[in-house]
Amino acid sequence: MTEEIIIAGFGGQGVLSMGKILAYSGLMQGQEVSWLPAYGPEQRGGTANVTVILSDEKISSPVLRMYDTAIVLNQPSLDKFESKVKPGGTLIFDSNGFTRFPQRKDINIYQIDATEYAAANNAQKTMNMIILGGMLKIRPIVKIENVLKGLEKSLPERHHHLIPLNEKAIKEGGELIKKLN
Amino acid sequence: MENKEEIRLMKGNEAIAEAAIRCGCDGYFGYPITPQSEIMETLMDIEPWKTTGMVVMQAESEVAAINMVYGGAGCGKRVMTSSSSPGISLKQEGISYIAAAELPCVIVNVMRGGPGLGTIQPSQADYFQSVKGGGHGDYRLICLAPASVQEMADLMGMAFDLAFKYRNPALIIADGVIGQMMEKVVLPPQKPRFTEEEIIKLCPWATVGKPETRNRNQNVITSLCMDPVEMEKINEHLQEKYRSIEENEVRFEETNCEDADYVIVAFGSVARISHKAMEMARKHGIKVGLLRPITLFPFPKKEIERLAKRVKGFLTVEMSAGQMVEDVRLAVNGKVPVEFYGRLGGMVPSPDEVVEALTSKFVK
Repeated sequence: MTEEIIIAGFGGQGVLSMGKILAYSGLMQGQEVSWLPAYGPEQRGGTANVTVILSDEKISSPVLRMYDTAIVLNQPSLDKFESKVKPGGTLIFDSNGFTRFPQRKDINIYQIDATEYAAANNAQKTMNMIILGGMLKIRPIVKIENVLKGLEKSLPERHHHLIPLNEKAIKEGGELIKKLN
Repeated sequence: MENKEEIRLMKGNEAIAEAAIRCGCDGYFGYPITPQSEIMETLMDIEPWKTTGMVVMQAESEVAAINMVYGGAGCGKRVMTSSSSPGISLKQEGISYIAAAELPCVIVNVMRGGPGLGTIQPSQADYFQSVKGGGHGDYRLICLAPASVQEMADLMGMAFDLAFKYRNPALIIADGVIGQMMEKVVLPPQKPRFTEEEIIKLCPWATVGKPETRNRNQNVITSLCMDPVEMEKINEHLQEKYRSIEENEVRFEETNCEDADYVIVAFGSVARISHKAMEMARKHGIKVGLLRPITLFPFPKKEIERLAKRVKGFLTVEMSAGQMVEDVRLAVNGKVPVEFYGRLGGMVPSPDEVVEALTSKFVK
């Protein structure tokens, strides 16, 4: 199995770290992984995206043109990546600030309003984990236990007490996500 | 410090830093620049001066950094620097001096798009600068091109070994993709740094300033020689050394070349992209192979010459306007067509683009 994923949004939304946690989760279940950020000078506010590949085989190209799954967290990312989901693939979006919704009929489209939910529940810091939880609900490519192991591995020890909070966010994401088509 | 092999997930830049410490590096001197700043950041974070005794120093400029390397190398130390394209240009004078003085050191270039300050996105447009000299005079660097995070770690140790074997600077020529991406990596075990006694024994040319060396002739490290007769001899000796490197140190990886009609030649991250393109083309029934040079100098010209007797054509893919393609053409020597596909200025080709280039240029 190979899953080719793009995660895109504003800098500061946790796009790169969501990808990193996903990559670590793949590593924990013995898969080959690659994590390639579109790196830029921006820390916050600019656009950020990351290509994550999880595979049972050796990964050749870390650079892709089409993806199995796209997670888009702002309008420019939707505009850029909607056309780059493979037919039959999955598009997940957070509609916060959207003026135009996804149009395609040949892909599976899911909405997860994690920004709004996180703001209402004072959970902004785990917003990306809510989205990851939503994605894993519909594309269970990594086991939740491996995500938690991955968190343990990727977070510095002083943040390990936050892992249960992240676990909660993953669960909430699973309940929040809804299919649109 | 852990001494066992372990699987980690890290960026190429981080792997370079970790591997440098583990292969017994004595000193790193650098100046930050995107997309390779994580090399020095990682070293500063690990603080190897507390464990192996390795020095890590942020110099006041790239020029200062390469001259610190010159000094450290002259003492027989395993020293290195790293930068990205514009910074490597600044280091060229020092690199030429180090090559002339026949000192071992490792230089890492995580290339970004140029010319000029250019962009911070990935590029391979420093190929000419790396393999044809870069600075002034007739000299060559041993050029190693990693294509994965694992190879960033593996080639670090190899670069030091080759640099000391030939008393010649070795260059690790990577790009922003390999520097910034994260992959699995198994780090090498920790090797001890050489002791002063070992350096005296292994590097009889080094200026070590120790009482026990007073009974031997003075070592002088310089690149200056005012007598052209003498300077020609020095040059001839250097050329002999470069021919010996070409004879003994060629490294490359071949995939599916045995039955290939067409061979893609690509290095670094573009070789990874081309690998996927090869798989896609094979699904369409086009017999494509991949030749990935690991050493850019010495270049695998004999292997290309051998393949040119059998295949129908070569496609060289680079993130440049076409630099390595000139060396491929020299090796092929007109026997079969050599085509080129490239992206410029920080743009990265996708596997689909490479397949399209291949079919439009050859299959039609």
